[in-house]
Amino acid sequence: MAVINLKVNGKKISKEVPDNVILSDFLRNLLNLTGTHVGCDTSQCGACVVHLNGNSVKSCTTLAADCDGSEITTIEGLAKNGKMHPMQEAFKKHHGLQCGFCTPGMVMSAVDLLQKKKNPSEQEIRDWLEGNLCRCTGYQGIVAAVKDAASKM
Amino acid sequence: MKSFNFKSATNSKDAAKLATGRATYLAGGMTLLPAMKLRLAAYSDLINIKKIKGLSGIKVSSKSIRIGSTTTHAEVAASKEVGKSIPSLSMLAEGIGDPQVRNRGTIGGSIANNDPAADYPSACLALNATIHTNKRKILSDKFFTGMFETELKKGELIETIEFEVPEKSAYAKFPNPASRYALVGVYVAKLKKEVRVAVTGAGSSVFRSKELESVLSKNFSASAIENVNITSKGLNSDIHASPEYRAHIIKVMARKAVSSC
Repeated sequence: MAVINLKVNGKKISKEVPDNVILSDFLRNLLNLTGTHVGCDTSQCGACVVHLNGNSVKSCTTLAADCDGSEITTIEGLAKNGKMHPMQEAFKKHHGLQCGFCTPGMVMSAVDLLQKKKNPSEQEIRDWLEGNLCRCTGYQGIVAAVKDAASKM
Repeated sequence: MKSFNFKSATNSKDAAKLATGRATYLAGGMTLLPAMKLRLAAYSDLINIKKIKGLSGIKVSSKSIRIGSTTTHAEVAASKEVGKSIPSLSMLAEGIGDPQVRNRGTIGGSIANNDPAADYPSACLALNATIHTNKRKILSDKFFTGMFETELKKGELIETIEFEVPEKSAYAKFPNPASRYALVGVYVAKLKKEVRVAVTGAGSSVFRSKELESVLSKNFSASAIENVNITSKGLNSDIHASPEYRAHIIKVMARKAVSSC
């Protein structure tokens, strides 16, 4: 048990957490940020993707204690002043979701891709999203959304 | 997960001091944490080594590349110097897991874990790597001792992995479509003094294929592989592939690797 200090979606947080608490549980249960989903809980499905110091990671396979001193962005941190992030807009426009369970992870992962590569090809988008599974298999809309967002970001 | 103590070390000495009893080191945690969540492993203490300065980073010379143990797969894949000096190593790093795993997973963690289907152990064997720990240097030929087993002693910490720069090299992997781990991966390297061929995913631990090395030392070409007989004896058998299928794929991947050298 130790106090960890970190920034979540721009807000300074100081919380005491047991050493074995996983980041996804910390976000959902202790900070009530339930936008980060837990699908497989074995780092395969990518529903739990958040940004840790600017890079996308699977929060179900990261210890909260290991994030002491870090900056974290979750899906809740993307919209600014009530306006959706261009990636969220694009997912809405292209219907890049069906049940919506994988969406937070897909969006966070795609935002990281565009941070690293400005105009990815369709193949590059598909390769990048390898670690995000959509159980509705609605990949066409997702890829179209990422492509569209890339032209706007 | 069962409870444990999380501690961060600031230098190798500190880390070794903390590594007592049922403690282990934590780098990216991409294998360790899932294993602990599944209750396949349990430790009293996890010693975070990511804050140790000097354990992360890449140094390139004309003869070798030295990669710090906590360097992530994404960092190796993005390194222009690695791409120029040993392109096959960048490609291997780029093909591990998925982007999120590459952002977090480390080279030291991968080889210390020695998963039978991990990619990096094959690079170590093929590129005649030397593993520098806080106690000694270990040749890759001695390092990988069995399934999830290595030569590392209790509390021994990998600091750097030193790869020999080959004349030519390539890695070809047949990935499991779900996990992206190697069903079979073959790393071929033509070094100054010898040809090395390392196979991962096919056996209980990474191994060198003497049959392939012997023909490729005489004639380093894809056609030389045609008549090699790869035995299926001792190869892995699971729902994904039989030993015979894996033996066949070793040959196919070896041919693919040599052709792309």
